[in-house]
Amino acid sequence: MKPAAFEYYAPVSVEEALDLLDQLGYDGKILAGGQSLIPAMNFRMAQPHALVDLNRVKELFYIKSAPDGSLLIGAMTRDVTVEFDKMVAERLPVVTETMPLVGYYQNRTRGTYGGNLAHADPTGQLPTISVALGARAHIRSKTGERWVEMDDFYLGPFTTILEPQEMLVEVAYPALPPRSAASFKEFTRQVGATPMVGVAVLVTLDDKNRFKNAKIAYLGVGEKPYAATECVKVLLGQEATAEAIRAAAETAAQKDVDPGTDIHGTADYRRNLVNVLTRKALTQAVQSAKK
Amino acid sequence: MTTEVKTKVIGKSVWRNEDPRLLTGMAQFVDDIELPGMLHAAFYRSDYAHARIKSIDVSAARARPGVVAVYTAEDFGDYWHVGPLQVPPPLAIKGAQFNARPLVPIAKDKVRYSGEPLAVVLAESRYIAEDALADIYADLEPLPAVTDMEKALEPGAPLVHDDLGTNLAADVYQQVGDYEAAKAKADVVIARRFFKDRCAGGAMENRGIVCAWDEKAQKMTVWCGTQAPIPMRNAIAKNLGLSEDQVRLVIPFIGGGFGPKVMTSMPDDVLLPWLSRKLNRPIKWIEDRRENFLATTSERDQIHYAEIALTKDGKILGVKDVFYHNTGAYDPYGMTVPLNTQTHTLGQYDVPNFYTQIKMVFTNKMVVTPVRGAGRNYGVFVMERLMDLAAKELKMDPVEIRMKNLIQPHQLPYKTGIIGQDFVENVLDSGDYPASLKKAVEMIGYEKFVKEEQPRLRAEGKWVGIGVVNFVEGTAVGPYEGARVTVGNNGKVVVLTGCSTQGQAHFTTFAQLVAEQLGVDVKDVHVTTGDTDQFHWGAGTFASRGITVAGSAVYAAATKVRAKALSLASKLLETPEEELELADGVVRVADLPSKFIPLGELAMKANPTRGTIEPGVEPGLEATAYYAPPHGATGYGTNAIILEVDKETFDVKIRRFVFVHDCGTVVNPMVAEAQIHGGVQMGIGTAFFEQLVYDDNGQLLNASFQDYLMPKATDMPMKMELGHLSVPSPLNPLGLKGLGEAGAIPPPAAYAQAIENAIHDVDFEILDMPLNPSRLYELVKAARKK
Ligand SMILES: Cc1cc2nc3c(=O)[nH]c(=O)nc-3n(C[C@H](O)[C@H](O)[C@H](O)COP(=O)(O)OP(=O)(O)OC[C@H]3O[C@@H](n4cnc5c(N)ncnc54)[C@H](O)[C@@H]3O)c2cc1C
Repeated sequence: MKPAAFEYYAPVSVEEALDLLDQLGYDGKILAGGQSLIPAMNFRMAQPHALVDLNRVKELFYIKSAPDGSLLIGAMTRDVTVEFDKMVAERLPVVTETMPLVGYYQNRTRGTYGGNLAHADPTGQLPTISVALGARAHIRSKTGERWVEMDDFYLGPFTTILEPQEMLVEVAYPALPPRSAASFKEFTRQVGATPMVGVAVLVTLDDKNRFKNAKIAYLGVGEKPYAATECVKVLLGQEATAEAIRAAAETAAQKDVDPGTDIHGTADYRRNLVNVLTRKALTQAVQSAKK
Repeated sequence: MTTEVKTKVIGKSVWRNEDPRLLTGMAQFVDDIELPGMLHAAFYRSDYAHARIKSIDVSAARARPGVVAVYTAEDFGDYWHVGPLQVPPPLAIKGAQFNARPLVPIAKDKVRYSGEPLAVVLAESRYIAEDALADIYADLEPLPAVTDMEKALEPGAPLVHDDLGTNLAADVYQQVGDYEAAKAKADVVIARRFFKDRCAGGAMENRGIVCAWDEKAQKMTVWCGTQAPIPMRNAIAKNLGLSEDQVRLVIPFIGGGFGPKVMTSMPDDVLLPWLSRKLNRPIKWIEDRRENFLATTSERDQIHYAEIALTKDGKILGVKDVFYHNTGAYDPYGMTVPLNTQTHTLGQYDVPNFYTQIKMVFTNKMVVTPVRGAGRNYGVFVMERLMDLAAKELKMDPVEIRMKNLIQPHQLPYKTGIIGQDFVENVLDSGDYPASLKKAVEMIGYEKFVKEEQPRLRAEGKWVGIGVVNFVEGTAVGPYEGARVTVGNNGKVVVLTGCSTQGQAHFTTFAQLVAEQLGVDVKDVHVTTGDTDQFHWGAGTFASRGITVAGSAVYAAATKVRAKALSLASKLLETPEEELELADGVVRVADLPSKFIPLGELAMKANPTRGTIEPGVEPGLEATAYYAPPHGATGYGTNAIILEVDKETFDVKIRRFVFVHDCGTVVNPMVAEAQIHGGVQMGIGTAFFEQLVYDDNGQLLNASFQDYLMPKATDMPMKMELGHLSVPSPLNPLGLKGLGEAGAIPPPAAYAQAIENAIHDVDFEILDMPLNPSRLYELVKAARKK
């Protein structure tokens, strides 16, 4: 389990890193926390010609508020920094609550927020939450920049719309409207293990406690974070009762998702989890939104 | 009967001598060994489970800078040889059929399991060695693979060993009484098919070896993590045509064994010492986790067709069990594992008629050899399930039916009539089975739970259930172990034995046995368990035999040294032996402690540089002793658990975990408890987490810890409630019995009973293991549909 030979670059600024990525093209690969990339290299599933290490690029480590009220997280911010950040806890408690589920404390001290999103693990919690929260990715390259909805960021397992010369520099979470709340629920076989199914929900209630808006995204039921539509239709305009939530969860399980069977569980068992977790997540989010 | 031993150090939870080094990172493991000029090996392995080898092109690999050599089966020439069989065939059992197909060191003509090595690369670094693996091209013609034991025996099934004409590796039956006659008289007969899948023997440290040929000294030194240092040394000497004393095997610290490290005929064992001599360079190979999953050895999968015949009041008349045992592609370890299943099926129960038949089958899966529990747990699972099914049918309480059928203390020693892995009749030597069951039932509060708590929890809508199962653990089999105990001139004591340690605390427990006899501090006893230049007799650490077999030898050697010390001190102190005592590192007059002689000084006097020693007296304060049991000593116990099943996710949580066991005299309770804890962790693994999943093509689908779920600390019971019984074994002076595997044996059976009991409102049966939430969900769903 030793990696194949590779070149190694350690830029100190985004400019310099983007220059390198531009020169290297398909030969270059960004190294962030290394918690996913290094094991993949040790297994020789990844054999990059050159690594561009972002760990010295200080300008990518931050959490801050933007003028429009959204929250910005720099790509190299360590998972633990996000986990214990006060502003994140205030504005996006769902992220604070979910962070401890992302593997183990040890890997969160090295793993980065941007690395996690860019890695595009179909069982990743943070991509799914980001889709539900309507986050946007800020992407730069030597020749320009673009903002992409997280909904559009993922193409499939471990694949995003990022071009080889591009870098995810930050992610922006819009401020939640009033009477809104998010929640995340997952089922894992073991503490810290890969979740079998997870669901992130964001709900907004009107002043009569009816669902004004809802976003529901899943992990573990497909090849990328999956934003459900049918169950949302069931909710919108309904009063936020246990009945309505139950109906939506059923719909999600039966109509929205199309999970597969693997060694850990059957498709039907996963549907069952979708049902249970959706109900729990919606119930919690509604409770918080009413406060 | 054994006399009650009054002890000072034995029976105390002495802190472990090995821990300071382990905890401060100062312990040496195989991978810590670096030698000048050392080469690194990497194996090129087959992706197919079954294929004909057409050709292997290693020319590009050989040409890569930094690569020193690449060998395929052909390149080994005459050295390429089959086997040997590590455990002899079961000739002691009448009518036993056994087809020996021991391991081949590197595949020739044909590949029989996925991960079987096809070539070995030797390079200046492990990086380069792995680079070179990608340069190798093997032209393999895939053949249909066979993984299912029953299908493997159907006519026309692909043959794993073509020359054999069948995939039947062995057919062995044993019987006591007449099952069919018993069945004819029975009120109730219950028959089922059971399946239990295989698990890894995943130690924290994988296999590894460093070997160094010294051309000038004409000597081979090997460092590795084997559980069997002496057999390994002897095997290497035989392979290389050297005399045994030309091979030195040194065992550094080992990060767990659990069974697979008892192998001495694996590709690395056979090929690398030869290559080291041939190339005259030291070689290191450290197995990686993926290789360990694919191609070390693992534990058994078995299918049982079992039945039980009873009277209507729940007395067992007979049991019949015909089972398939999947040995994988080869059978280098003979029939140890399925024979263990045969000897453990009836467990603690008095069953007059028993028929048990093994059909051992070759398939295109990884080779099966013992892993902690080693087949015992499979017999126990089948029998305990039969008892549960019978209880249900007869509307009896599961505890009651068990109590009714236990072998009573006065029946011990109880000859079972079944020949075991050690080829002698299995004898249940000592114990009190009813006491074990009673204790477990009391500890878990069975009555109160069933009558009060469970109804209340059920009313709250919870699925909470209880399971109580019994087991025996055959331990401490022969042939023998030996030890040498020497008092040094500094008063410290050295113990040498060939029974290596993989974490079981031999450095402490063996030291305690010596300290007891010699009156020295446990810390002043230094134990070396694996250096064949220092001690070269013994079989190794397996079958829960360390403390009983090697420990008894250590104790006997220490007893001899004590006698020598007393005899010499008596002369020097001019005091009769009866008036002397050994304590605080000296021999002294018991009533006049100021009159003493330190042990170190005595050691010097026992080994004078001039003058004479008395005729018939051997020099030094040193003695060697051996212990050979007539047959194994049998531990036993009861596992009682309370589980809660989540009604929606079907996840299972442990609410209570009670484990009662008897290992005879306990040398170090803390160590004994830790052995139980570790065993239980594996037992819980095989019940609910661990499973090597193969597809129909013989591909392992979960060859990493991401997909192979090892139980973690957070999956263990919050509290382990252990109950100790101590009925000494009559087989050795201290009354010892093993316990290393106990914890791994009963949990699957306990889980099955407790889960069925929890999901009381659905009529279903758990016949297969391991379970997981999805499987449980599907079982319940299917039962509800009916
Ligand atoms: C034991 C363990 C358990 C884990 N459990 C979980 C879990 O439960 N849930 C979970 O989601 N993850 C889990 N992970 C993965 C962990 O969260 C990873 O750290 C994360 O997925 C990748 O982040 P990283 O910073 O380590 O990225 P790296 O490993 O350095 O990189 C990952 C990939 O992203 C690319 N990349 C990184 N940064 C950028 C960027 N700014 N722009 C473009 N591309 C970039 C890299 O080139 C690489 O392809 C676990 C990891 C371990 C070791």
